[in-house]
Amino acid sequence: MKINFEINGVVREIDAPPMKRLLDVLREDLCLTGAKEGCGEGECGACSVIVDGEVINSCLAPICQLQGANVLTVEGLSRDGRLDPLQQAFLECGAAQCGICTPGMLISARSLLDVNPRPTREEIRAAIAGNLCRCTGYIKIIDAIERTATDL
Amino acid sequence: MAVGQNVLRKEGFEKLTGAARYVDDITLEGMLFGKTVRSRIPRGRIKAINFDPDYDWSRVVIADYRDIPGENYVALIENDQPLLAETEIRHCEEPILLIAAESKHEAEIAARHVTIEYEEARPLLTMEEALSCEDIIYGSDNIFKSFLIARGDVDEGFRQADHIITGEYRVPHQEQLYIETQGMIAIPGEDSLTLMGSMQCPYYVHKSIKQLFNLSDEQAIVIQTTTGGGFGGKEEYPSVIAAHAALLAHKARRPVKMIYDRAEDIAATPKRHPGIIRHRTGVRSDGRLVANEIDIVFDGGAYATLSSVVLSRGAIHSPGPYRCDNIRVTARAVATNTPPNGAFRGFGAPQVTFAYEMQMEKIAAELGLDPLELRRVNMLREGDVTATGQRLNWSVGSEDVLSATVENSGYVEKRRKISQYNNGPKRRGIGLSFFFHGAGFTGSGEAKMKAEAGLEITPEGRARVLTGSTEIGQGTRTIFCQIVAEELGVGYDDVEIEEPDTSRVPDSGPTVASRTCMIVGRVVQFAAREAKEILLRFVAERFGEADAQLIDGWFIAGGKRLASFGEIVREYIKLYGELRAFARYANPPGVEWDDDTYTGDAYPVFSYGAEVAEVEVDMDTYEVTTLKIITAQDIGRAIHPLMAAGQIEGGTLQAVGYGLLEELVWERGRVVNNRLTNYIIPTSLDAPEMETIIIEKEYPHGPFGAKGVGELPMDGAAPAIAAAIFNATGAFMHEIPITPERLMTAIENMSATRAIDNPDRQ
Repeated sequence: MKINFEINGVVREIDAPPMKRLLDVLREDLCLTGAKEGCGEGECGACSVIVDGEVINSCLAPICQLQGANVLTVEGLSRDGRLDPLQQAFLECGAAQCGICTPGMLISARSLLDVNPRPTREEIRAAIAGNLCRCTGYIKIIDAIERTATDL
Repeated sequence: MAVGQNVLRKEGFEKLTGAARYVDDITLEGMLFGKTVRSRIPRGRIKAINFDPDYDWSRVVIADYRDIPGENYVALIENDQPLLAETEIRHCEEPILLIAAESKHEAEIAARHVTIEYEEARPLLTMEEALSCEDIIYGSDNIFKSFLIARGDVDEGFRQADHIITGEYRVPHQEQLYIETQGMIAIPGEDSLTLMGSMQCPYYVHKSIKQLFNLSDEQAIVIQTTTGGGFGGKEEYPSVIAAHAALLAHKARRPVKMIYDRAEDIAATPKRHPGIIRHRTGVRSDGRLVANEIDIVFDGGAYATLSSVVLSRGAIHSPGPYRCDNIRVTARAVATNTPPNGAFRGFGAPQVTFAYEMQMEKIAAELGLDPLELRRVNMLREGDVTATGQRLNWSVGSEDVLSATVENSGYVEKRRKISQYNNGPKRRGIGLSFFFHGAGFTGSGEAKMKAEAGLEITPEGRARVLTGSTEIGQGTRTIFCQIVAEELGVGYDDVEIEEPDTSRVPDSGPTVASRTCMIVGRVVQFAAREAKEILLRFVAERFGEADAQLIDGWFIAGGKRLASFGEIVREYIKLYGELRAFARYANPPGVEWDDDTYTGDAYPVFSYGAEVAEVEVDMDTYEVTTLKIITAQDIGRAIHPLMAAGQIEGGTLQAVGYGLLEELVWERGRVVNNRLTNYIIPTSLDAPEMETIIIEKEYPHGPFGAKGVGELPMDGAAPAIAAAIFNATGAFMHEIPITPERLMTAIENMSATRAIDNPDRQ
């Protein structure tokens, strides 16, 4: 099945079985390996991407649902080899340790800040509740998102 | 100055842009996908392996134990674990057969067309069954290893005691739950094998592969890819998955990738050892401990793997950071027909810490003493002697961490207030824990290992660290570069780190045991010192300046710049070729251990921690919310304070999970909740606000005074939370995790007991 969609600002056409997971299309067909598979059932959020403004688990989305959609992955955050303010804050606050949850975490944070540029710590916690991190205890992730919001 | 600065993480850019390459992000030409066929029974024999004749087996490559060129075992301590089962099955999920196919999907399908017939035997599934010796599955008594630690005269101690308090504590399995599952790629060469994947210990994999495939040091090449968390879970198991991938690659003559899905990862790979820990403590009326008798049983699972060393660390830590002249610790690791348990952050210490801290809580309650005062009266201070006879000569931050935690948390005031307002449907409680953790291998481990690391100075004037220690998120790459920058006298940005590849870096020992910073970091510092001395001798000859120094990238003498680091390096390399310096670890003078009597300096030094947890208990649902954790931890000099705090916060939250949430459910030797939907780890909504105070009691033999930080934070949260629940509800929990079900039972039993004591009040 041919699917046309916009990915990180570029229109792409791919030919894939309709039930192929968006996560596999990203990783295998488009070589965008930023989104990770941590559980394959929508629990860990490591595969989070933004589709038409909403965060989804790309491991649960069949590609046939993406016709005409606009997709943002972690690779679409930085521009010209420069980190965006959110990524920079993650780096400076120590919000990424092993880094495996980071792409999904950044996506959830980006999505939050898009709709709520001045979130409280509780709102930040709620926004990233679907992204599991085993390294940080979440504190420095919350710090980084809060700092980005304050600096914007 | 680089040490003590919060410099940016070396591999941060890659991790933040999605560019970092984890093993599953790598695809090679002609690569096959591997799959493991595992046992469905916990104990028995394989009668037959049937391959469905309707499936086209030419589509796949199959390997079993007969394909192994070397001996069929995974090299570790005892070498008792086969890489693939031959006929005997000793646990569920034991690997039997390997399949490689063109796609993951095809390998899965092929695996479904294999059926295995078993002759089942009655399994031993619990520690009690193993100890009963009704059936023997290991040695003559089902015991992998036992230890005795004896100090003073326990019987005399009990005679001096005014009170004798007993307690039995139970701790569960815990899954490491790194978010990146286990994964490996094997690449067959002409006469070599290359493994690349997610791991903590490239040289463990190297050792295992060499033996299984009869390869020399050079023929086996092991490369760590960016690793998405380890927590001990990628200490020993990567040797197994690597060898499985290698066996398929060896047979297929093509690269093979194996990536576990979450269900296989939870079901089949090692976990934290469950344990039963019994305390019998003799106490004087003023709270002084005069006799301490502790019995520890850990469930090792079906093979010995690392159980002996986990048990040893558990036994040594079991009396806690408390002074007592009469101690007897007996410790046993038993064999059961469950998957082998192994390394998980803390390595035996979190288990015994829950027990000894709950025992302190119990002693305080039974004697009517203040729990804080009880700790103060007994705590180990500088000059005191531990259970193994180790005199604490340096860097003892015990009082410092306790004071800082108590003061910053307002523990005393809050505890007084809380007790006045706790009758509603939601009750608040505050609890304390105090703990310690020895950094580095236990006993003679480091002296025998002699960890090696090196420094190469490149013609471009950059310093490159050569070490087998791996970055698993904890900051190895960053802190090693800081240590080198500081010691050498160059900028942090001028230091880089070689890829962890056994063909390019020396064996620095495994990345475990809170040893990377303190032990290997020290070796890295010595290698940098050696490189600097070589260059200073060269500068002395070249300029006739015997007193030159290297500061901020310049050779300086008499206040005058002689030449830049880059210039001197270029000249040196032109004349002499490469510039590399290596160093090896040796224990500080006076640090000695006797394996036969189990006495001496168990660790060169301990790190110390204290923690206060505040909880709210919903008396209708029995759910516990951890509101806040305040902790002070003495880790010696913090090379990178921000990352050190990150270690403390992350370890603390894993310990919150251990205390409250994480429970594996077993049925006939098999984990049945092997998914993220039903094995629950803390989310951002479960994470309390945390306040972390770093206490820097410098250790004179660590790099710039640093001690270990990795595991200490895993020790303190479970008992602090249990103490807070006790404070809130009066329910004293002997077992974790404190799930609503377990808390409800405890509170209901408590009301029943009260009802019996006071029948009139019903």
